[in-house]
Amino acid sequence: MEEFEPKIIAFLCNWCSYAGADLAGTSRIQYAPNVRVIRVMCSGRVDPTFVIKALRAGADGVLIGGCHFGDCHYIEGNYKTARRVALLKKLLGQLGIEEERVWLEWISAAEGSHFAQVINDITAKVKELGPFARQNNS
Amino acid sequence: MVKLKLALYWAATCGGCDVAVLDTNEKILDIVNIADIVFWPIAMDFKRHHVEAMEDKSIDVCLFNGAVRNSELEDMAKLLRAKSKTMVAFGSCACFGGIPSLANLTNRSEIFERAYVEAPSNVNPERVFPKTKTAVSEGELELPEFYDTVLALGQVVPVEYFVPGCPPPVDLILKVVDALATNQLPPPGATIAAEKTLCDECPRKKEEKRITKIYRPHEIIPDPERCLLEQGIICMGPATRGGCGARCIEANMPCRGCFGPPAGVYDQGAKMLSALASIYDVKDEKEIARMVEEIIDPAGTFYRFGMSTSLLQRKRM
Ligand code: SF4
Ligand code: SF4
Ligand code: SF4
Ligand code: FES
Repeated sequence: MEEFEPKIIAFLCNWCSYAGADLAGTSRIQYAPNVRVIRVMCSGRVDPTFVIKALRAGADGVLIGGCHFGDCHYIEGNYKTARRVALLKKLLGQLGIEEERVWLEWISAAEGSHFAQVINDITAKVKELGPFARQNNS
Repeated sequence: MVKLKLALYWAATCGGCDVAVLDTNEKILDIVNIADIVFWPIAMDFKRHHVEAMEDKSIDVCLFNGAVRNSELEDMAKLLRAKSKTMVAFGSCACFGGIPSLANLTNRSEIFERAYVEAPSNVNPERVFPKTKTAVSEGELELPEFYDTVLALGQVVPVEYFVPGCPPPVDLILKVVDALATNQLPPPGATIAAEKTLCDECPRKKEEKRITKIYRPHEIIPDPERCLLEQGIICMGPATRGGCGARCIEANMPCRGCFGPPAGVYDQGAKMLSALASIYDVKDEKEIARMVEEIIDPAGTFYRFGMSTSLLQRKRM
């Protein structure tokens, strides 16, 4: 059997994490190719619906990347994100979904290597968890 | 005028939706004026074989309440669909799975274990469980197959209209009857209620206040003028379709979400989670953990009436 290659969806905020990913690229840092990036203006724009929809649509893991506390371009967006993700993890737990499928990481524009590390870590962790197979009756 | 042929059916239901039709009181006569009721198990002695004998599409409208939780209910839904021109998901159970769909947080074997072994009133050392087929000396007995997953009506057969509410309020029922009588139903697929959120029609004062603690309704006496959510009570208004006339709010109780998500919202629970985490104003990790702890049962609270039609539908199996 072929090795399981997880699909990871990463929602990255425009001002920090996306720039961090960009830096990882321009610095030619190697990282796991499992990630599909979606740029959002702020991590606070990531509605929990997006995360659930990503899982439902075939993602095995979801990363939300934002600015460090105090650095959010919209001042408070990342605090809101921190609260939402914490509560979302509890909700997903009730639905039998491992909390390590959803990651929240603060990645600044200067942290290209941190971005690469996070992608490697989430890929390894989700690989360990296995595919997010979901059967529906409908 | 030729009278409409009307059928009413209850599937996985509490009976409240049928009672709501009776609650139209003297207006029920208006219903009988425009319609002949050809099938209504709670009130009239028609049997399934009577429905089977009807011609396809000979029923004009079927008001179907209750969720679909076993094979018999699925068969009835398919039978009534075949016989009816217009199928209406009537009430939150038929529309979204309703309260019965909270069973999607568990599964058949856990439910059987609880109901037939663990429940204190049971003595079942042989662990006898219902089976779809049981051989007895007289022959074979059959029971419907109990599903792991409770489904909404629309997940089993095509549905033309959705009338939400647990149960639907009387004035909404009369609106439907009126639309039927005057042949002024909206285009198929419509939900007969408001498009926007309950907050939109709620009379309470909203002051953009943040909260730092959740109160359960019995823990405080809320100010009857101000938004309940802004007083720390989980009110599902921001994630719930309007159209009920804010009837719980009028009674100083928070909305539980029985009208399901408003137009354009995919997932009522995710929407509510988002709204609540936005208004809860804490920043450090410890306080965020406290918030998470205070929201005791997010799945049961945010999806109380709609596990079936939520994006994830059930607990992973
Ligand atoms: S929607 Fe409410 S009143 Fe109607 S059957 Fe379901 S639980 Fe009962
Ligand atoms: S949250 Fe509840 S009380 Fe507040 S405005 Fe919305 S419906 Fe009304
Ligand atoms: S206030 Fe909410 S729970 Fe109460 S009837 Fe209206 S939609 Fe249903
Ligand atoms: S802009 Fe980066 S988290 Fe808000």
